[in-house]
Amino acid sequence: MKVLVAVKRVIDYNVKVRVKPDNSGVDLANVKMAMNPFCEIAVEEAVRLKEKGVATEIVVVSIGPKACQEQIRTALALGADRGIHIETDAEVQSLEAAKLLKAVVDKEEPKLVILGKQSIDTDNNQTGQMLAALAGMGQGTFASEVVVDGDKVNVTREVDGGLMTVALNLPAVVTTDLRLNEPRYASLPNIMKAKKKPLDTTTPADLGVDVAVRLTTLKVEAPATRQAGIKVADVAELVDKLKNEAKVI
Amino acid sequence: MSILVIAEHDNSTLKPATLNVLAAAKAIGGDINVLVAGENCGGVAEAAAKAEGVSKVLVADNAAYGHFLAENLSGLVVELAADYSHILAAAGTTGKDFLPRVAALLDVAQISDIIRVEDADTFVRPIYAGNAIATVKSSDSKKVITVRPTGFDPVAGEGGSATVEAVSAVKDAGVSAFVGEEKAVSDRPDLAAASIVISGGRGMQNGDNFKMLEQVADVLGAAVGASRAAVDAGFVPNDMQVGQTGKIVAPQLYIAVGISGAIQHLAGMSDSKVIVAINKDEEAPIFQVADYGLVADLFEAVPQLEAELKKVL
Repeated sequence: MKVLVAVKRVIDYNVKVRVKPDNSGVDLANVKMAMNPFCEIAVEEAVRLKEKGVATEIVVVSIGPKACQEQIRTALALGADRGIHIETDAEVQSLEAAKLLKAVVDKEEPKLVILGKQSIDTDNNQTGQMLAALAGMGQGTFASEVVVDGDKVNVTREVDGGLMTVALNLPAVVTTDLRLNEPRYASLPNIMKAKKKPLDTTTPADLGVDVAVRLTTLKVEAPATRQAGIKVADVAELVDKLKNEAKVI
Repeated sequence: MSILVIAEHDNSTLKPATLNVLAAAKAIGGDINVLVAGENCGGVAEAAAKAEGVSKVLVADNAAYGHFLAENLSGLVVELAADYSHILAAAGTTGKDFLPRVAALLDVAQISDIIRVEDADTFVRPIYAGNAIATVKSSDSKKVITVRPTGFDPVAGEGGSATVEAVSAVKDAGVSAFVGEEKAVSDRPDLAAASIVISGGRGMQNGDNFKMLEQVADVLGAAVGASRAAVDAGFVPNDMQVGQTGKIVAPQLYIAVGISGAIQHLAGMSDSKVIVAINKDEEAPIFQVADYGLVADLFEAVPQLEAELKKVL
């Protein structure tokens, strides 16, 4: 079966985020960018499904400026078979991303779509669910285990208070949580091979999707910082402070 | 304006987070209704009717909603949406699961994880793991919003007297089914709602050592949490994770044990009223946010803490 994986180019998770002095956003100039960590887990899961003989082809798709082809190439180096780049320099929000992915789903007809549960920039946690709704598919969000069984997929989900397993008719959408797998690193030969794998480019206009934003960001500020408090000498002093000064126990 | 709040519950009790979401609804202003969708959830509806500021509780009691499957729940909410300007749910794993579907089916953007209401169209939400705070304005006719419970002080859970009305619509999308669940059974309070939380990090060294924290938690009536490092290392399950990718908590007292204070962890707990850090590395970033820091070996300090607390409590 064909598996579609969506990946997003975001600020590298190790980079310290800085708010621009004019409060218009986060400073991304000359900042290291990388594949969103949850998307790496999505790619890894697809590759594992292929290694198990469940998936036959992995198509990776990314939305954004020309530079996201780097992240598509990374996914190809990890084991995806071909890439689709939906090129746009505009800000694309979750609903519009879901509409673009829906257009790709209509064309490619994958049996399974795997996405990260959220991107570490906007922290929305929406696109997979929106895609599933638009495509009329079931969804297994925050997955920690994915087992394809005939025309169904069982997804174990990380929910408040524990785990919950759902059975979804295929085609379906899965979004990844941290414990689903541990992504591999791309080997140098595979990075070289990835350069020759097919990568098609399209645009929101080609796909007939209007990506105009619905949510306008008025300002972005740095969070209020906490002041460091005091160091206590020992446990007895700590308990005394908590009881008599902070009065929280 | 009329606001629909979707109650968070487990078919028997109303989750306290619902009261925080009602506070966000109150800040928007307008007539507030609550939807209780579940199976055999009449008791939850009665509890919701007592919450402050609620005028009407809608109850959709059907097996299709028993496990809160997003495909079915979203169909129901879309069916009811015409009467409301704002649709709100708590940003827990249930709200995050079904509400984006509602937004997509209504063809509106969702505003995730709000921590403040500026006006009926404008909201404040953390981005980049809480390293930046964005103020966003929606141009959609309907606002679909998840609310971070720790951003709002809860409304009173008693004193209200809303009418309760049954909803007959049954939406079963037929594409998903509940198979099973493993819920952690614990006498300790729920992590997201606890007034005291004690969390362990990589410094705990293994899962067995978390028993030390559990013993302290039992003295304090606290919940036990963990950093992502401790979860990634396999010490404890992911539902204990406090941080950007886990639970966001804001208890009265947060005790971080063997946690260095990575930004991803701070994003989940820095709104706590009082923070205590116990770490042997005095340079650990956690001390920069802690009200009380103790530089000590946790394997000595935690048993001492248990003993000292037993003396005074």
